[in-house]
Parts: sequence; structure tokens; C-alpha cells
Amino acid sequence: MDLEKLTALQLAEKIKQHQISVLDGVKHVFEQIEKKEPKIHAYLDTYKKEAYARAKQVQKGIEDGTYTGPLAGVPIAIKDNICIKGKTTTCASKILENFVPQYNAEVIDRLERAGLVIIGKTNMDEFAMGSTTETSAYGVTRNPWDTEHVPGGSSGGSCAAVAAGETYLALGSDTGGSIRQPSSFCGVTGIKPTYGTVSRYGLVAYASSLDQIGPVGKDVADCAALLEIIAGHDTKDSTSIERQDLNFTKDMEGKLMGMKFGVPKEYLAEGLNPEVKAAFMDALKILSQQGAIVEFFSMKTTEYMIPAYYIIASAEASSNLERFDGVKYGYRAKEYEGLHDMYKKTRTEGFGEEVKRRIMLGSFVLSSGYYDAYYLKALKTKALIKQEFDRAFEKYDVLLAPAAPYTAPKLGESLKDPLAMYLGDIYTVAVNLCGLPGITVPCGMDSAGLPVGIQMIGDCFMEKKILRAAKEYETCRGTFPTAEEGGRKA
Amino acid sequence: MKQYETIIGLEVHVELATKTKIFCGCSTEFGGAPNTHTCPVCTGMPGSLPVLNKKVVEFALKAGIAANCQINQYCKFDRKNYFYPDNPQNYQISQLYLPICHDGWVEIETSAGKKKVRIHEMHMEEDAGKLIHDEWEDCSLVDYNRSGVPLIEIVSEPDMRSSEEVIAYLEKLRCMMQYLGVSDCKLQEGSMRADVNLSVREAGTEKFGTRTEMKNLNSFKAIARAIEGERERQIELLEMGRPVIQETRRWDDNKESSHAMRSKEDAKDYRYFPDPDLPPIHISDAWIQELREAQPELREEKQQRYQEEYGLPAYDAGILTESRSLSVLFEKTAELCGNAKKAANWFMVEVLRLMKEKSMDPEEVSFAPKHLADLILMVEKKEVSAQNAKKVFEIVFDEDVDPVSYIEEHGLKIVEDTGLLNEILNKIMEENPGPLAELLGGKEKVFGFFVGKMMKELKGKASPDAVREALNKEIEKRR
Amino acid sequence: MAKIIDDETMENVCILAKLSLSEEEKEKAKADMQKMLDYVEKLDELDTENVEPLSHIFGDTNVFREDVVTNGDDKEAMLANAPKAKEWQYQVPKTIG
Repeated sequence: MDLEKLTALQLAEKIKQHQISVLDGVKHVFEQIEKKEPKIHAYLDTYKKEAYARAKQVQKGIEDGTYTGPLAGVPIAIKDNICIKGKTTTCASKILENFVPQYNAEVIDRLERAGLVIIGKTNMDEFAMGSTTETSAYGVTRNPWDTEHVPGGSSGGSCAAVAAGETYLALGSDTGGSIRQPSSFCGVTGIKPTYGTVSRYGLVAYASSLDQIGPVGKDVADCAALLEIIAGHDTKDSTSIERQDLNFTKDMEGKLMGMKFGVPKEYLAEGLNPEVKAAFMDALKILSQQGAIVEFFSMKTTEYMIPAYYIIASAEASSNLERFDGVKYGYRAKEYEGLHDMYKKTRTEGFGEEVKRRIMLGSFVLSSGYYDAYYLKALKTKALIKQEFDRAFEKYDVLLAPAAPYTAPKLGESLKDPLAMYLGDIYTVAVNLCGLPGITVPCGMDSAGLPVGIQMIGDCFMEKKILRAAKEYETCRGTFPTAEEGGRKA
Repeated sequence: MKQYETIIGLEVHVELATKTKIFCGCSTEFGGAPNTHTCPVCTGMPGSLPVLNKKVVEFALKAGIAANCQINQYCKFDRKNYFYPDNPQNYQISQLYLPICHDGWVEIETSAGKKKVRIHEMHMEEDAGKLIHDEWEDCSLVDYNRSGVPLIEIVSEPDMRSSEEVIAYLEKLRCMMQYLGVSDCKLQEGSMRADVNLSVREAGTEKFGTRTEMKNLNSFKAIARAIEGERERQIELLEMGRPVIQETRRWDDNKESSHAMRSKEDAKDYRYFPDPDLPPIHISDAWIQELREAQPELREEKQQRYQEEYGLPAYDAGILTESRSLSVLFEKTAELCGNAKKAANWFMVEVLRLMKEKSMDPEEVSFAPKHLADLILMVEKKEVSAQNAKKVFEIVFDEDVDPVSYIEEHGLKIVEDTGLLNEILNKIMEENPGPLAELLGGKEKVFGFFVGKMMKELKGKASPDAVREALNKEIEKRR
Repeated sequence: MAKIIDDETMENVCILAKLSLSEEEKEKAKADMQKMLDYVEKLDELDTENVEPLSHIFGDTNVFREDVVTNGDDKEAMLANAPKAKEWQYQVPKTIG
């Protein structure tokens, strides 16, 4: 059987029908890892021995009825900012090089209850700060479509692992596009859920008001099934929402006829690569051919999204990352004189450049005399952006946007100019500022053969709408090649 | 020399008497081996998140209502950012922009009379861990057992003018918190702490001088001494024509002096911002109303009631209500013995005496009210002499024994039948033929001699009245 | 006109953020922050006079815990990652006062 071709749901189905064992799936994934990791480096750590043992346990559980879910027995990779008890959790930072949490993130407990098999931890931008996975302290991850290019970020390891067939599913986290943008660059599907839908307990915080964990998979159905498993109210997270409609896999089929889509005109203005635009417009055509109403409208706050996002995210990050000080866990500088020198050396040696850049910016915008001018101004801007999205959702079911203005850049290009890199987040950050759900689905390729993704954005709690739209679009689009089939052999 | 006026405002931290910490399910129990009351939340582990203890909000509201505060019905938590090892996240979750209570007042009474001290605000926050110095390795050790214990910080307006007023204000707050049951306010255990903001100005001037903040004040006495010391220091500076610098100073009560706590690394820029991990709190009218209705009787009301209901003098009512736990003991005793005045008398004399002798806090007094009530009833029924009752009470006070059986077992019960009395009387008369002759001869003076002898022999088992009666009868008989 | 980031500001930011940068790094960081602040100055164009700052996207309902002890002694797990510990406490350089 060609295990590579299966989606996660198909694999689970075959396991249920005893056509494949759980161990077969896990073994297959490790074969791929062994074959591809030297080139891709999607993983920071893998758990072969435990995964094999777990596979046998899950197999038994499936047979005795312990695990009945649609993804029981499926291998999954976890972004390295999500805590697993007893497993090093580094956030791709030197400062957490030896941190072994003694607790599970809530999502990990949920995956275990659903019978998934965790196979390893994936690479990322340090503390999820970056758009390329190049800020990792443990080396870059390469794009499976073209290893000269980045996979995007910050969940670059998770998306590259799925794209390279090194896992069936992965969890990422999305603070300003960190699932949707690398999904687009790697030609896979990824969802950023409504804020509060998935518990943040055990997710090492970057910007608490924006962070959400979400699924990365081969197609919409896989992502919906995984989201259904990880979503749900958690009393350990005060921002977790008690919502009823968590059966995301239900009612996914449905016609696009009559559904109203809005496209912000400003998103198509200068800065958008013509080939990305062309692929995006092709996708719009498919939607309208199916009877969907696609309209262009003006989103006047567009140019203020990046400034507001970077002020808020950096401010929260500066505070969230204060706990990394060499006292309780992680790295401590070897030589120091006194307490404050220990703090400074530990943090200076432990954090990478991009993280320090954001910590400094965040400390500054919160500092006395500048709070009102920068941080408060950004919160007010956020309110205006939210109002504009609210108005848009009065008219439209789903908003459409590219996931990024360009396809995956070449390795080493992006970090030269941080501001230019930040500008690349233009289509994704507002979704986080407003707590909205968003999904990226592959929609085409540029002339270099690198994938392009379309982003579908829903109003808060309207995951089902974007899932239905994405599923229908996916069906009409037809099969999308895998990196192996479509990518440039490096 | 010029006359100076001292201007004092207080920041009082009160640890709330909840079972668990403010943001996690760890116990707040005092003591305990280092780090045994800790979890990922209160040690600042990556990925951990705070969840607010409802009781903390309730207690803060109760305190605010009692101190006549306005309630911010929409309030939030903010992060106060500063690096220090006792603060595991390097930010403290506190309230700056929208504190739960503001603009209240309490009334204090000093020798100069009554006065209102305005409360600027009350806010909820988490306590820090404990740092101890390790002499062996010349380093510090951190214990996070106290990290995350809920506090309310009560910030007064600069309304106090002397250490007497400050102490009266603190006593008032302590009493109020204890009555509300929101804190035990023990200074020794650090469950009540005060920072003093002090400035001086020339008498008659309007403008406040530059103030300093004094920390590390561990007792009322230390607070009084620190106020005097700082007042003198500031006046001295001004007299020399030197400015007072706005700074935080640490009081050393052994040296009776303070020093500035300044360092280059201490930027004093806390970068407060709303904590994104904690959604805002909505306090409904109904909730406030419910708490208002459930508010316990506070000291002033109790004092009034003792005078009206029990007919106690104002002074006694004042003493008996000084501590809530003592007033509870008193009320129970009064109820059980059915005589509030008698009970009050016992408290005013015996209980206070013993507390003073043993230098005990009212909270430490722990005898069962029933035991004192029983004792009072026995005295009432003349089953034990007042003198013996006092001795028995000392044992009740210390060991909380049952006085009824104790009196029985120790033969202290007043003998009812005259058999024993007569037996002893006859014995004494035989031993003292001389005085007996005088007595029978009508010499009244020796009557007292016989009563005294009898009482000594009986060890209080009979009342002086009974002894007199028996003696009179015997005299009649022998005459 | 955006705030000009001078050496003193950088110094202060480093104290707040507990970072120590070399002269070279400091110059780079200064330039980066200046560029970013010049860019975010764009927000000044927006009239936010009567706009309420939006700190929490949701937050209409209170989220509370009951006052019940749920954690026991877990010091071993808590100290498992400590870079330096002594007698079940985290060990740090001497603190003053």
C-alpha cells in the first residue's frame, strides 16, 4: 500500500479496517524522517522508541474500543513551543536548551485521549518570532518544495514536516500568521482557530492576546478533524471560551452557491507579487464559477495593521519573556558577578537577535512616557480594525486574501531587513488582532514551482463557514501535488 | 527653629485569608517546607496560565464596602514588570488602571478626637516569594510558597499627621479586616504590612514637601519609630538647606535608621499594561448588594449593641470589641450563661489579666466559651466560691479543662450539708478552748477568728455565709 | 516626528529588558528600533480620539476558580529544571537588602 498518498483520515480508516497497523503508519513516518531530515531539518527532536511503544498501545486501544476517534493511530508532530511532560521544550531558543516541562499542554492531553501518536518536536522561529524559521537557535528548516528556500514561519518545521511526508499531521501556533503563512509556502493546509477555541495552557507564550494553537495537515478534512480534537473549553486557561459548536467535521459538505465572499481591495495593491496575485485571482474565479458571490470592498485600516500588531505583540512578548532569567529553568550564564549581571548575561547569551529586537521594542513602547503614544494608540487602532471587520462580516460570510504577498523567499534573504520581513505579514496579522478564524489552502504555484495559498477568514466562531468554503474550493480545485511530485528536486 | 507638619500616607498590604492562592490551586497555609506549596503557575513555568480565585474578588469587595469605597464594576488586572528573584514571572499581576475599589474612607480615633482618613484605592495583587540569605555560600535562596498568595493593597490619601494617627489607622484596618473575616492581619507573619509615605512641610504652608517611601516595617512599634526617624531626618535636611530626595528607603529597626534602596539597575519603570491572560471582571449590582447584605456586624455596631442590649458601659464595650475573636468568645459565653454583665466582668478582669500576664494576642485565646459559662453558673449557684472559681479559670484558660468535673475532682465544690461544717467547727472549738470561752462570753471580736480558721480549713468549700450561719447555730446551741 | 532613539534611551531599554549589548550591537539595535518607530508613526494619522482601547477581544463573562486546594507538594517537579538549587530552594546570586 502506498502510505505516502494517504491523508490522516484515510490512514486512520485503514487502521480501523485492519488494512494497516498503527505501527505501519508510524514506521512509515520514521522512514521518511530518516530519508528527508538531512535535507529538510523539520524536527528538533524525534521520539522513535516511545512512538513505537505508543503505536502498539494505541493499536490495542483501538481494538478494545478505548480509541474510537477519526484520527486514532495517526502520527503527529508538535511545534516545539508546546509543552510535553518529560520532553525537552526549547521554543528553538538557547535559553530553553535544557528545559523539560513536568506537565503537558492541554492539547497534548487531548491528542493522547484521541489516540494519536506523537512522533517529535518541530523546528520554529525562536519563540515563534519570525516568518522564516531562520531565527531558530538550532538551524534553519528548508522548504521541501525547494530546499534553497525557507518554509515560512514561525511554524515552518510543522508545515515542512507535513509537506515532506515526514508526518501526517502537525500542531503549529499562530500569533500573526505563523500557521497560515508557512502552510502557504509549503503547499499544505493550516487553520488558525477563533481566539479561545483551543486552550493555550502549556503553549509557551509569545503574545498572549494573539496566540492560538492550530492544526496543519494535508487537506481541509484532516485539519477539521484535528481541530475538533484539540478544541474545547479548558478551566486552566481563563481566555478559553465555552462554545457549543465544536463538531467541525459535521456539515462540511455544501455548495458554494449563494455564499458571499469579500476581498479587501487594499490587499491586492502594490507589494503583492503578480504571480501570487494571479494564482489568487484564479481561485476567486473557481469560487464564482461555483455560484459564490465574490465582491471587492475597501478595508481602510489595512495600512495600520502591521504597526498595531508589532506594537502589541512586542509589548506582550517583552513581558512574557521576562521569566527567562536563569533562576528557575533553562540556560544560566556561566560567569557573572551578582544578580543583575546574571540576568543580563543569561538573557543576552540565551536569546537570539530577533527575539532581543522585539523585547527591546516592546519594553520601549510600554515605558514611561511612551505608553500612550505607542501601546495605547495600538490598542485603539486594534479597536478600529475590529470595527471594520465587524462591518465586513455584516455583508460577507467569508473574507478572502492571499496568505502572503510572495512565495517562499530564498534562505538568508529575509533577516537582512527586519522591517521588510514584518511587512510580509500584512494579510495575516489582523486575523489575530481581531481573534478571527482563518484557514490557508493551496491554490496554485508561481513560475518557480513554489506553492501559493489562499486564506479564508471567518467572523469569530464561524469556523464552520470557512471550513465549508475551503472544502468546496479544494474539491473544485482538484488534487494539489505533493512537494515530492511538484517540487524542484534539490 | 521652624515648626514642621508631618504628612503621611500609607500603603498597606493585607494578605487575604483564602484557602488557595490568587491564580492557582496551591494552599496559602503559612509555614511549610520550602516550595511545597507550588505549581507551574506560581513558579512562573513557561506555558502556565493564571485563573482568578473568586474568593479574592469577594474579599476585596467586602473590604471595599466596609471602607466606604466606590466599586469599579468593570475592573482589570495589569502586569507590573520588574526583575527580582522573588517574583517568578518577573512581573507581578496587580491592578493599576482600574483597581477594584477607590475613593473610600475610614474613621480613626486618637487622643485628639475623631478623624476621617480617605482611602485612595484598594487593589488586588499577588504576593512574592521569600528570599533568604545563605551564609554558607553567600548567595540567596528562593522559596515560592508565598508567591501568589492574594493581597489587597490599601492606599490612603496623605491624610495622617502623626505616628499616633498612623497606628490608629492601622489598628482600624486590622480590626475591620478581622471582623470581615478577610484577613487575620498578623504583622509577625507578614499578613499585614505597611509602607509609609512621608513628607514634611513648614506649618501653615499649603504645598506638600518631597516624600519618601519607607519599607520593611514589621511592627507597629517599628512604624512609630520609623516615622519619628524619617521626620527628623527630613527636617534636618531642610534646616541645612538641602533637598529631600524622592526615594524608597529601607528601615532598619535595630539601628533605628533608614537607608536609600537605590541602584542603577532599579529603573522604577514598571511598564504596567493590561494582563492579556486575565479577562476583565464584571461586578454586578446584585453581587454588591448580596455582599452588602451578608456583611457581618462590624466593631462600631457591635459596640453600640453591647451598650444597648447588654447594658455595658461604653468603655467595656470598646475593650470587648477590640478584637473580633475575643468578642465572639464573649458573646458565646454571655449567651450560654445567660448573664452578659457577669460574662463581661469575667472578660474585663480575668481574661484580660491572663492575656496580659502571658502576653497573648486575642486570637490566641482558645478556651471553650461553655467552660467559662459553666463556671459563672456555678458561682451563681454558690457551688464554688468566687475565689476558687478564679483559680479554676486559670486552668480553663490554659488547658481548657471542663470546670465542672475539675471542681468535683479537686473537692472544690461548696459542701451543702452542715455535717462536715459542724465536724470541722467542733474540731476547731476543741483546739481553741480560750477563744471559745471568749466567744461564748459574748466577745464579738473572736467571731472573725473562728470564721477565718473555718475558711482556711475548708479551703473554700463553703461560703463565708454558710460558715457564719453554722457558727451562730453552734453558739446558740452551746450557750 | 517619531521619537529619536538616542544612546540614553537604548541604555534605559537595556536596563528594563535586562540585556547587555556590545557597542556594535547597540548601534544596530538603535537603527532597527528607529526604523520601526518611524514606520509605526503611521498610526498618528488615525483619529482615535473617542476610541476605547481594545485590550481583550472577548471578556463579557467572568472567569473564576473556586477557592479549593487542588495542588499538593510538587516541589520535586518544580525544582527539576532549576539551574542551581539548594535544600529545595532556587539558588541565586546574593540579593541586596
